Amino acid sequence: MKDPLLNISKIDMVFPTPKGDFTALKEVDLKINKGEFISLIGHSGCGKSTVLNVVAGLYQATKGGVLLNGREVNQPGPERAVVFQNHSLLPWLTAYENVELAVKQVFAKSKSAAEMKEWIEYNLKLVHMDHAMHKRPDEISGGMKQRVGIARALAMQPEVLLMDEPFGALDALTRAHMQDSLMEIQDELNNTVIMITHDVDEAVLLSDRIVMMTNGPAATIGEILDVKLERPRDRLALAEDPLYNQYRSAVLTFLYEKQRKVEEIGSAAKADVKSSEKKQAESA
Amino acid sequence: MSSLIAQLITRKNAPVVKAQLPTFLVNFLHAVLLPTIGILVFLLFWSVAANNIDTSLGKFPDPAAVAAQVGNLYDEHMESRAKEQAFYERQEKRNAARMAKDPNYVAKIRAYTGKETFVDQIFTSLITVMSGFLLAAVIAIPLGIAIGLSKALNTACNPIIQIFKPVSPLAWLPLVTMVVSALYVSDEPMFAKSFVVSMITVTLCCLWPMVINTSVGVASLNSDWVNVSRVLRLPALKHVQKIVLPASVPAIFTGMRLSLGIAWMVLIAAEMLAQNPGLGKFVWDEFQNGSSQSLSRIMTAVIVIGLIGFALDRTMLQLQRVLSWDKTTQVR
Repeated sequence: MKDPLLNISKIDMVFPTPKGDFTALKEVDLKINKGEFISLIGHSGCGKSTVLNVVAGLYQATKGGVLLNGREVNQPGPERAVVFQNHSLLPWLTAYENVELAVKQVFAKSKSAAEMKEWIEYNLKLVHMDHAMHKRPDEISGGMKQRVGIARALAMQPEVLLMDEPFGALDALTRAHMQDSLMEIQDELNNTVIMITHDVDEAVLLSDRIVMMTNGPAATIGEILDVKLERPRDRLALAEDPLYNQYRSAVLTFLYEKQRKVEEIGSAAKADVKSSEKKQAESA
Repeated sequence: MSSLIAQLITRKNAPVVKAQLPTFLVNFLHAVLLPTIGILVFLLFWSVAANNIDTSLGKFPDPAAVAAQVGNLYDEHMESRAKEQAFYERQEKRNAARMAKDPNYVAKIRAYTGKETFVDQIFTSLITVMSGFLLAAVIAIPLGIAIGLSKALNTACNPIIQIFKPVSPLAWLPLVTMVVSALYVSDEPMFAKSFVVSMITVTLCCLWPMVINTSVGVASLNSDWVNVSRVLRLPALKHVQKIVLPASVPAIFTGMRLSLGIAWMVLIAAEMLAQNPGLGKFVWDEFQNGSSQSLSRIMTAVIVIGLIGFALDRTMLQLQRVLSWDKTTQVR
C-alpha cells in the first residue's frame, strides 16, 4: 500500500482541568489516502471535534502526532483548510472579500491580481454564490453563509479539507441541497476531506469511509465502515438501495446499540439506573 | 390532515385586526408629540419654580428670561464683530496713510483684543474638547488594542487604569497647569497655554473609558475569527489590521461615545477653575459679575452646554451607524 496522505498516528489528547486531567482521546489512529472522503461520526462530546482540531493544528496532541505527506503537523495552516460549524465569516467583509482574504494570503506570490480575482470568482461560482458575492454575511441566509465558508476553504487549495459539522446548523432541506452541492464539487475537485457529522444519512451518502468513534472520555475509533457505493450518488435512488440501507443500519447499530449515549439528566440515582442500563446494553 | 395544516397556516397568517391608529400617526406621536409634551411640562415646572425662588441677584431666571438672553447674547456678539471690523478698517486706513507719507514705513498690524463673546467661547470650548478627545483617542485605541491582546499587559496596566479612572479633572488641573508652564516654553507658541492646559486635562480624563472598552472588545474577540486567522497564518500585524481592529469597532465606538460625554463635562469644569477661555469661563465670569442679568446668562449657558453635549453624542452615534459593521447593536 502506498503512503497515506494524512497519517493520524496514535494521538492522545489530555486536557488539564481544575479537577485533574481529562483524557479526551486515547490512541486515535487513522490513515487517509489522497482523494478520500472520510466522515467522523459519534455522539456529541466524544471528541470528534478534538480530532479535527488536532489535524488542523489548532490543538497539539498530548501524545502521538499527525503527519501530512510524511511531515509533522504542529501548527495551523492553509493546506489544512477548515470549514467551521458556524461559518465564521468575518461580518464586516462581503462574501467576495472573505474569500479574498484567504486567497491573498495563500497565493500572494504565485498569482497575479487578475488571476486572484478569477480564482475567487471561480470558487464562489463552484458553491453557487456568484450571484451574491458582494453581499455581507448578515444579508444572506445560513446556507449561503456556509457555502461562502466552503468557498473560502476550497480557495486555499488545501491538501486536506476539514469540515466541522458544516451543515449542522442548517434546516433539513437546505442541508440536502448543500450535500448535493458538496458531492458535485467533490466530483470535480476530488479533494481529501474529513467531515464531522451527527447525521447518519449524511455520512453514508457522502463518505468513502465512515469512522465511528466510541463515547468519551478516552474516546477512540470504534469501527471503520467502507462505503462502496457507486458515484455519482443520488439520494433518491439510494433510498431504495439495499446496500445503502445496510450501511445505514450498521452505523445506527454502532451508535445506538454498541455506543448508547447516556445523558445524565436529573438526580444521581437516575444516572445510576441509566448507567446500569447501559452496561446491560453493552453486554447484550 | 393536510386541511388541518392549511387551517393552521391560514390562522397563523390571518391579519390581526385591531382598532389601531395608522402607523404613520403612531410614529409621529412617538417621534414628535411625546417629546414635545415632555419639554412643555418641564418648561411649566421650571417657570413655576423660578418665580418662587428669590436670590440676592433677583428672581431665578424663567424660560422667558433665558429666551430674551439668547437674543441679547447674539446681539452682543454681532456688536463685537462690528467693532472688530471697524478696528481693522481703522488700522488699515491709518497704516495706508502713513505708508503714503513715508514709503519706508513698516506697517504694524495689531490684533483686536476685545472681550470674547458667548459665541466665541462656544467655539473655543468646541475646539478644545475635540482636540483633547482626539488626542485621547490616538493614545487610547492603540493602547487598548495592546492591552486586549496581551493578558500580561492587561494584568500589569489594570491597577493603574483603575486608579486613574475615577480621578476628577479638578485634581489634575493644578498639576497640568504647572507642568505645561514648565515644559511648554516657546517665544511664539503655536497654541495658547490655556488651550494646552484644558486640552490635556480633557485628555487625561477621557482616556480611560476608551482604553477599557477597546481592550474589552479586543479581548472578547470571537474565537472562530481567531481560528480563521490562525489557519490562514496571518502575520501579527495583519491579524490586528484585518481581524482584531474591525472586530472591535463596535466596542471602540462605545468607548468613544462615553469618552466624548466625559470630555465635555470635564472641559467646562476645567475652564471654570482655571479661567481658561471657553464656556466654563463665561459661566464663572457671569457669576463674579453679579449683575441682575447674570443668572439668566448662566442659565442660557447651562442650556447651551446641554445642547452641545447632546449634539456631540448624536454626532458620534451617526458616525457609529455609518462606520460600524455591527448594525444590530441597539444604539440609544
